[in-house]
Amino acid sequence: MTAIELAKQAGFDIKVEGNGDKRTISGIYCGDLLSMVMGRAKADDAWITVMGNINSVAVGVLADVTCIILAEEITMNEQALQKAADEGVCIIHSHLPTFETAKKIAELAAL
Amino acid sequence: MDNILKLKYDVDGDDFTRAGEASASVKKTLKKMGVPADIIRKAAIALYEGEINMVIHADGGEIEVDISSNKIIMILKDKGKGIENIELAMQEGYSTAPDEVRSLGFGAGMGLPNMKKYSDEMRIESTLNIGTTVYMTVCIS
Ligand SMILES: Nc1ncnc2c1ncn2[C@@H]1O[C@H](COP(=O)(O)OP(=O)(O)OP(=O)(O)O)[C@@H](O)[C@H]1O
Ligand SMILES: [Mg+2]
Repeated sequence: MTAIELAKQAGFDIKVEGNGDKRTISGIYCGDLLSMVMGRAKADDAWITVMGNINSVAVGVLADVTCIILAEEITMNEQALQKAADEGVCIIHSHLPTFETAKKIAELAAL
Repeated sequence: MDNILKLKYDVDGDDFTRAGEASASVKKTLKKMGVPADIIRKAAIALYEGEINMVIHADGGEIEVDISSNKIIMILKDKGKGIENIELAMQEGYSTAPDEVRSLGFGAGMGLPNMKKYSDEMRIESTLNIGTTVYMTVCIS
């Protein structure tokens, strides 16, 4: 399932489409410490976090995740959204807490 | 013989939003050269961690990246405060990152362990109050 399909089905808010219509989700990683994410997230994971700054976008690109999902009603700042658009990173806002966000994705993508 | 492509970058000591320019540029270059995605991912993450460390813990510095057909050599040199105990700094979870960067998501104490994990060879030379040089090699293929 692509990141965009998933966001639509889950009722999440797509802030930046990026490559989200081309890339599929093969796992989920939850975490906010950026080095932890770079060490442990896998390529093609959906990354769920509450870190909505420009460095998270850089980390999303490096870790090669399918999309960055901001949970807990946290929003990504404008500068970060702009960078995400430039880099083709799909950014999604979820109104749900982290666990419920992950659970919903796992169910929809049958992970 | 092997053609070596040499890339050089200056890392600004207090610009967080620009940190990552070297790794982004190296990533693009490797992609153009047709290097496999998993190798690019390793090299780019290792370089980004080193780049961020230069911004947070030193006052910026210089990066040299040498790319040949079978390996990527990355040398990160700063004139910062140096690392007193390298063995301790290499441990997962050890961090002296200040609060203002922790609030941005840094300070897990995983940067140096990631650099070791994602490079095939890594060496640190550091002298207190003189600076730190990190050498990393990522093999291609
Ligand atoms: N270039 C450097 N100059 C001086 N000290 C450094 C340098 N790089 C690392 N250190 C020291 O080593 C510690 C561990 O570095 P490491 O990258 O593993 O963690 P961190 O930068 O604190 O947090 P993280 O990388 O997980 O965001 C740092 O907190 C710092 O004390
Ligand atoms: Mg670090």
